[in-house]
Amino acid sequence: MPDKFKIEKLSFYFKDKRVINSLDLSIRANEILSVLGPANSGITTLLRTLNRLCDTDHDVRIEGDILMDGKSIFAPDISVTELRRKVGMVFEVPTPLPLSIFDNIAYGLRVGGRIGKKEAAERVEYALRTAALWDEVKDRQHIPAMSLSGGQQQRMCIARVIAMDPQVILIDRSCSGLDPISTAKIEESLSQLKERFTIILAPHNVQQAIRVSDRVAFMLMGSLVEEGTGEKVFGDPDDRRTSDYITGRFG
Amino acid sequence: MKISARTSEKIAKTLIWTAAVFVLAVLMFIILYILVKGLPVINWGFLTQVPRSMGREGGVSSTIVGTLMVTSVAVLIAAPFGIGTAFYLAEYTKGGFITRVIRFSAESLAGIPSIVYGLFGFIFFVIYLDLGWSVLSGGLTLAFMILPTIIRTSEEAIRSVPKIYREVSFSLSATKTQTIFKVVLPSALRGIANGIILSIGRCIAETAAVMLTAGSALRMSRSLFDPTRTMAVHFYILAVEGISMENAYGTAALLIIIIFLINVVANTLVNRFVR
Amino acid sequence: MKNGFKDKLSERVFLALALSSISAIALITVFIVIQGAPIIGKVGLRDFIFGMTWAPSQGKFGIFPMIIGSLSVTLGAVVLGVPVGICGAVFLAEFAPAAVRNLFRPAIQLLAGIPSVVYGFWGLIFIVPFIRDNLGGPGLSILAGSIVLAIMILPTIITISEVQILALPRQYKEGALALGMTHWQAIYSVQLPAAKSGIVAAVVLGIGRAMGETMAVIMVLGNAPGIPTSILDPVRTLTTNIGIEMGYAAGDHRQALFATGIVLFVIIMILNITAQFITRKK
Repeated sequence: MPDKFKIEKLSFYFKDKRVINSLDLSIRANEILSVLGPANSGITTLLRTLNRLCDTDHDVRIEGDILMDGKSIFAPDISVTELRRKVGMVFEVPTPLPLSIFDNIAYGLRVGGRIGKKEAAERVEYALRTAALWDEVKDRQHIPAMSLSGGQQQRMCIARVIAMDPQVILIDRSCSGLDPISTAKIEESLSQLKERFTIILAPHNVQQAIRVSDRVAFMLMGSLVEEGTGEKVFGDPDDRRTSDYITGRFG
Repeated sequence: MKISARTSEKIAKTLIWTAAVFVLAVLMFIILYILVKGLPVINWGFLTQVPRSMGREGGVSSTIVGTLMVTSVAVLIAAPFGIGTAFYLAEYTKGGFITRVIRFSAESLAGIPSIVYGLFGFIFFVIYLDLGWSVLSGGLTLAFMILPTIIRTSEEAIRSVPKIYREVSFSLSATKTQTIFKVVLPSALRGIANGIILSIGRCIAETAAVMLTAGSALRMSRSLFDPTRTMAVHFYILAVEGISMENAYGTAALLIIIIFLINVVANTLVNRFVR
Repeated sequence: MKNGFKDKLSERVFLALALSSISAIALITVFIVIQGAPIIGKVGLRDFIFGMTWAPSQGKFGIFPMIIGSLSVTLGAVVLGVPVGICGAVFLAEFAPAAVRNLFRPAIQLLAGIPSVVYGFWGLIFIVPFIRDNLGGPGLSILAGSIVLAIMILPTIITISEVQILALPRQYKEGALALGMTHWQAIYSVQLPAAKSGIVAAVVLGIGRAMGETMAVIMVLGNAPGIPTSILDPVRTLTTNIGIEMGYAAGDHRQALFATGIVLFVIIMILNITAQFITRKK
C-alpha cells in the first residue's frame, strides 16, 4: 500500500527544548497505526504537527519534513485549512464546542463553505451512525453537546471529524478518561473506520494498541525506538527499552 | 507590655469586623436616606412630565430621555472600538512593542479624571468640531471615558474562553477569523455584555464630563444636535442651586435604583458566565 | 488563497480598531496641551504653579493654593480611607462568612456605581453641618472633602486589595499556620507583606481617583482659592477650579483652566505610571 505520510528526519523544538528527535516514520494508507510511549515522549506533539495545529503555538521550531501523498505539508502553497480538513483530529479529552450536537458536527462542514440544510443533515446523520452514536442522540440533536456523557461526547468528537470526510484521523489517547463500555464502542467503530480512513492513534495502553492496530510504533523521549506489528513489538521486542516499558519499569 | 498572640488576634478581629460593619453601615445609611426622602417623590407624573420652572415643578422626563440618548451614543461608539481592541490584544498580539503601547494607553485612559475628559470633549467636540453643547458631544466624550472599561472587561472575557475551543475549531479546518466569530465571540459574549452594562452605569452616573459637553438644557431633546441635561446633572443643579430639594431627592433615588438594577443585571450575567 | 487573505484582513481591521482606541489618549493630550500651554508660557511655568493668587479678572493665574488643596484633601482621604479599606479587604478575603460576603461584595459594587454627586450631596447635608456644629469653622472644609472622598475610594481599595490577597498561593497561609501562627499573625506577617505591591497599587489608584474627583468635592469644600491653615478651612482643588469656572470662562481665563487641567493630567499620569510599574514589577 502507498504511504499516506512519510516523516523524514523530523525534529521539533519548543523554545530550546527538543521534543521530537530526528524521527523517520512512514504511515500507510488505510492502516491503523498506534504510536505509544510514556508521558512526554512527543506523541501529542507529533500528532499536532501532522495537521499543523502546532502552528498556533509560539516559540516553535521544526526541522525535517513531512510528506503527505508525496507533497510536503510545510510547502508554501499548502492551505493549512485544507490540510486540516483532510487530517482530522480527536483530542485527549472530550472537547465539545459550546454549541448543539448538530452544530458541533456540522461545524467542519460549514466553515468549509456554504452547505445546504438537507446535505448537512444527511452528513451529520452519516457521521453519527459511523461513530455509533446515532441511536442515542437522533431525537435530540439540538440539545447542547455539553449535556452528553463523557463517552458520548468523545464519540461525538469522532463523528465531528468523520463529517468532514477526511483522509486521515488523528486520535490522541482519547479513551483515557472513559468507562470500558464507551471504550469498547469507540474501538468497535475504529475497525469500521479503517476501511475509509487512515488512522493514527495514541492508545491509552498496550492492550488497546494490540487490540486495534495493524502496526505500532514505540517512542521514547522524542525518538522512535522501534516499529512493527503489535505481536512483534510487544511480544518480542528488539530493543531493551521497549521491553522495559511493557514490563512496567517506566511510563 | 507584651500582648499575647491570642489577645492580639482578638483585637485585630474586632477591629476588622468593626471596620467592615462601619463600611456597610455608612453605605446603607447613604442609600436608605436618599431612598426614604426620594421614593415618595417618584410617581408616574414625576417620570413622564417635563421639568417646569427650572425643575422646581414638574417631573424629570426630559432628563431621562437625555440620559438615554447620551448613554446610547457613548456605548454605540465605544463598544465596537473597545471590543475590537480587546480582540486584538487577546487574539493577535504576542507581547511585542505594539501590545505594550496599547495596554499602557488603555490603562492610562482608565485613570484620567472625568473632568479632564470634560475639558477635552468641550474643546474638541463642542468647539473644534463645532458640534456645540449637544447629545452628540456629550455621548462622544463619554465614549472616550468608557473605552478603557470596555477594553479591559472584554479582554478578560475573551481570555477566559478555553484555549481548547480555539484548537478544536482550527482542527476542524476553520480559519482564525471563523474561529473568532463562531466560537470565541459567542463564548465571551456574556462577559463582554457585563462590561458594557457597567459602562452604561458609569455614563448614567457621570456629571462633570457631560455638564461641560452636553450642556444643561431642560427642553426635551429631539435630535443628536440638541443640547440636553442628564439626570445626574439635573440632580446636581437642583441640589447645589437649592432649586427643589424634593425633586433633587427624587432624582437621586431614581439614579440609585437604576444603578442598582444595572448591578443586578451585571451580576446575573457574570454568575451565568462563570458556570 | 482566499482564507489567508480574509484572516489578514480581519487582523488589520482589529489592529485598526486598537490603534484608533489608543489614539484617544494622544488626541486628549494634544488638545488639552494646545489649549493650556500658551497661558503657561505667558505667565511663566513657575509663576503659574507657585503663584499664590488666582484672580482671573485681574489676569492673575497662580494655582499653588489649588495644588495644596488637592494634596491636602487627597492626603486626608488616604489617611481615613486606606486603613478602613485594607481592613475591609482582609475581612472579605479572610474573615467574612460566605453569607456576609455575598451581601458585602455587591454592596461594595453598588457603592462604586453611585454617582459622585450623590456622595457630595450627602456630605453637604450631613458631614458639613456636623463639622460646623461640633468642630467649628464653616463646615465646608478639607475635613468634609476628605471624609467624602475616603468613602468614595473605599471600593477601589477594597476590591483590588481583596483580589491581591486571594491571589496568593494557599501555601503562604497554610505554611504560616503550620508553623503555629494564629490566623491574624499569618495575615499580618505573611499574607499582607506578600500582597504588599498589589495593595500599594490599589492605594495609588485610590489616590488617583481622589485627586481626580470633581463634583462630590465641589459641594463640600467651600472652594475658596486660598492657602488653608487648618483642616477646618475651606479649600479649592485643581478639579473644582475647573468645574466651577469652566461654565463662564473665556479667553485667558479659559486657557488657564485648561492649564490647570494639564497640571492635573500630569499628576494623574505620574500616579498611573507608578501603579502600572508597581503591578508589573511583581
